Amino acid sequence: MTVRCGLSCSGWRHSYCRTEDFLNNSDSFDAGGVRSVSIALAGSGGAGVMTAANLLLEAAARAGYYGLMTRTSGPQIRGGEAAGLLRIATHPVHGQDDRFDALVAIDWQNVGRFAAEIALGPNSLLVGDPAQGDPPEVYVKMGASAATVPFKQTAKGFPGGWPNMVALGLLAGLVGLPFEALKGAVEKSLKKGGGDALAGTLASIKAGMTEAGRFTSMKRLAPPSAPSRRWLITGNQAAGYGAIRGGVRFVAAYPITPGTELLEFMAPALSKAGGVLVQAEDELASINMILGASFGGVPSLTATSGPGLALMIEALGLGVASETPVVVVDVMRGGPSTGIPTKSEQSDLSIALYGLHGDAPHLVLAPNSVADCLRTTQWATRLAEGLQVPAIVLSDQFFGQARAIVEQPEATEPGGERLRAAANTTGYKRYALTPSGVSPMAIPGTPGVTYTADGLTHNEFGTPSSQAADHIAQMDKRLRKLTSVDYGEDWADVEGEGEIAILTWGSCTGPAREAYERARADGIQAKLISMRLLSPAQPEKLAAALSGVKRALVVEQTHSAQFVRYLRAEYELPCRLVAFNRAGPLPLRPADIHSELLRVSRS
Amino acid sequence: MNAPDVAAFKPQDFKSDTKPVWCPGCGDYSVLSSITKSLAALELRPENVAVISGIGCSSRIPAYTTCYGFHGVHGRALALGTGLKVARPDLTVLVTGGDGDGYSIGGNHFMHACRRNVDLTYIVMDNHVYGMTKGQASPTTEPDWSSKLSPGGTGVRTFHPLVIALAAGANFVARAFSGDPNGTAAIISQAVRHPGFSFVEVLSPCVTFRPEQRNWKELAHAASVAQTDDPVRAAHRVMTDDGFNIGVLYAGKRTPYQPPVGKSLDGAMEKIEKEFLL
Amino acid sequence: MSTRPAGRRSAKKKPVVRKKALRPSAARKPASQSSVYREFLAQARAMEQEAAERYDELADQMDVHNNVEVAALFRKMAEIERKHAVRVLGSFPDTPSSSLAPSLAIGQPEMPETVPTSEVHYLMPPYRALMLALESEQRAQSFFARIARTTRDARVRAAARELADEEREHVRLVKEWMKKVPKPDSGWDFDPDPPVYSD
Repeated sequence: MTVRCGLSCSGWRHSYCRTEDFLNNSDSFDAGGVRSVSIALAGSGGAGVMTAANLLLEAAARAGYYGLMTRTSGPQIRGGEAAGLLRIATHPVHGQDDRFDALVAIDWQNVGRFAAEIALGPNSLLVGDPAQGDPPEVYVKMGASAATVPFKQTAKGFPGGWPNMVALGLLAGLVGLPFEALKGAVEKSLKKGGGDALAGTLASIKAGMTEAGRFTSMKRLAPPSAPSRRWLITGNQAAGYGAIRGGVRFVAAYPITPGTELLEFMAPALSKAGGVLVQAEDELASINMILGASFGGVPSLTATSGPGLALMIEALGLGVASETPVVVVDVMRGGPSTGIPTKSEQSDLSIALYGLHGDAPHLVLAPNSVADCLRTTQWATRLAEGLQVPAIVLSDQFFGQARAIVEQPEATEPGGERLRAAANTTGYKRYALTPSGVSPMAIPGTPGVTYTADGLTHNEFGTPSSQAADHIAQMDKRLRKLTSVDYGEDWADVEGEGEIAILTWGSCTGPAREAYERARADGIQAKLISMRLLSPAQPEKLAAALSGVKRALVVEQTHSAQFVRYLRAEYELPCRLVAFNRAGPLPLRPADIHSELLRVSRS
Repeated sequence: MNAPDVAAFKPQDFKSDTKPVWCPGCGDYSVLSSITKSLAALELRPENVAVISGIGCSSRIPAYTTCYGFHGVHGRALALGTGLKVARPDLTVLVTGGDGDGYSIGGNHFMHACRRNVDLTYIVMDNHVYGMTKGQASPTTEPDWSSKLSPGGTGVRTFHPLVIALAAGANFVARAFSGDPNGTAAIISQAVRHPGFSFVEVLSPCVTFRPEQRNWKELAHAASVAQTDDPVRAAHRVMTDDGFNIGVLYAGKRTPYQPPVGKSLDGAMEKIEKEFLL
Repeated sequence: MSTRPAGRRSAKKKPVVRKKALRPSAARKPASQSSVYREFLAQARAMEQEAAERYDELADQMDVHNNVEVAALFRKMAEIERKHAVRVLGSFPDTPSSSLAPSLAIGQPEMPETVPTSEVHYLMPPYRALMLALESEQRAQSFFARIARTTRDARVRAAARELADEEREHVRLVKEWMKKVPKPDSGWDFDPDPPVYSD
């Protein structure tokens, strides 16, 4: 019997999940260790922090664990301070924990700037190289116990040794990863090297692991759960691949942080899949290029961030009015204006929903985990094609640039093909007023059904018209197109029962779910609703999900509570809303949401 | 094997039933006629031609043809056309618009389209004014032409589209005149046939806002030299262009930009997934 | 007008049933005076066709701009040109004209009998429309007369003379017609309303 995995999976059904797993707090021990460990590795110019952190994640994957890695860095292009923030667990994880169990630094140059992102507690370890001086005050003040490991000196002891590899070994030992896993990860990445480089690296790692033996207070991971087919993937890659699975074969690209990696993934992927990518001169070009390609019958996509989406707004309206499908992935970042390009936020919600001038109903979807980036982008593509309308997919920097170990996604059913007009249909009306609102689209090359797509208000034939009857009829058609579809179960992830609910979306879902689980362990009956389909709104479905709920904690990462406003505008809410909104750049913490949930439950 | 159609498509077959709303006397009527003549002469079929436009009087053209059309937003027609052509290289793509749409808001895309050299034809109906919004100066308007928005004239030097096109890498650069519809049709035909980005600037007077342009009939003259495939020679000539040389300036040899739109590899999805699979 | 080599498609050795060629029997004749004559007739026919099509287009423009009287006038002119084409040239084989008639020169761009699109005005009164028609007929007349004077082909000369005569008759008819319509005032193109935003 399959059980809905409400814990930390992507929400899809897995028969092997055990119900009792849900109730365990991430801090609790199993017989042989903890279920989740969080560590940070920091350093500056040339230290190779990100290389080591990535290898650690790969090793964890090889060892059968799940995990998530994000990174943070100074503004320098090279040589700047950087930190890899990892969480490794026996179950899928979708957000960072409240605290890090260890901060290991190869050097301390400017690492203090990450203090807000790397919270340590009294049980945390603070490890640095004695040759690099003392750790910054700010970390010491957090109460962590400081220690030293001579990374540089140790590495010098081996030809081809590296301090960051010693640190890698240390981390692996602290966490409890087997050496074999590290060896495999390193060998794969040093495929071209080998010889001294490999030997030196492995020796450094071993030395680090030996040092880890000193730190007996650090809790190791429990053994991994049953093996399954897993992927190591970033949110940007997942979204890109989801689009390709959905049929996208044309991409126009203009780079912008943090969406660029999605476009870079698409270039080689499309050439394998028989598609093509063109680099555009700006976002105005890329959105119009994909409209042109889509007009030609090819499902098309671009990816951007807030500033780029703002530029694309006019042409998205053209897509709505001319009924030309496109997918735009907005990998949201800190706003407004140039904002914080390298940090996450959810503050493009309003512009995605309401930014188009005129009344221009369109699709807005939001994945709620790294793995969900694939599924939701694929769904968005299918919906856009089937409904002949633009779709905005609200991903964010957290998902986009996080690297996660996830379950291999299921294969998906076909569907959502574009309705095409047959050749030589007499009296063809491109914008015919059909019951469903979807009218067959003539694809260039098809004889006898030529038409001119237009942003001007038009009649059924597509001829520009300022007649009231035509305007109303076409507006009704385009609205009906979206509202007469049953979007099924995927509109949101809904779980639990109770008089209190957490209402959230996107990357807040991970920490919100952890908070929810902790509350349930405290005995609080609560519901968790993570919305995936934001436009068109699904009032009936939310009303059903909220039945019995008296108070809902609305969790989002915006300064002005955009999600709360959206809920109040679009839905009849049977319950009182309590806003829990925090602007970026820091991710929301499970503990903060948990304590707020407790407060709400007592009020 | 069948014989070729004796009755290939005639120019009238490329004209739709929609009657243009342009002011009688507008040069765009001639250009429409030239385009339809050209498409017929090229023995194209309406369903294999797409006419893409922006916003402005001349951008109304797609609906006046029986081809596929996309009347897009202001200034972005070249991007629309580029996306379409790269995704559907089998189609013949014409991009049409005016001087305001093409050289002002569309200026950036114009430059990059020349540079990118996708195989399409860009026809600009230049009347040295923003007609649709009732008579403002455009980039090709004379600096001393007075308008409500710029009383006494803008005082700003005009934009020279042929110079820009050549400098940015367009593979075919020509000027035509709506007062010579058959000559214009011949130039358009040549432009469509020529591989790469073909730019045809058509002087097309605005009878309502620039009635003085009636004198263009006298000013337009056949270029005194034949076309060249040498960009240096073309550049030299264009720098002394008086704005009324009619003919093909440059027909170059650049390879058109068309990334391969191939078939999917066998097992493409598995190949892509290899990158993530543990 | 060049002809294509016959039998281009019959690559097989067996004689095939002759398919419909682009040009009928004219393709079989060697280039000669007879093809000059046919070329001339094709040109004359194209002239009438283009004139008729242009009158129809101008009539459409006048319809759209609510100049009902001139719309009707242009439609009548189109009708006249079509009848002329049929009557004078109807006896010759259906030779398709080239889609691109040769451009005569910059400054005299279109065929002589075609009203230039640049000459119309949405407020134009019937008198001015007839003036344009008159100028077209006069150009056509001059065109044929010049050919009649200069050609060395006897048949062409005869045909050109006949056509010039016909055009002269049209000139007379249009002038008569013009006497029946009022002459416009000097302010005929005055419109108190400013232009309207439509896009």
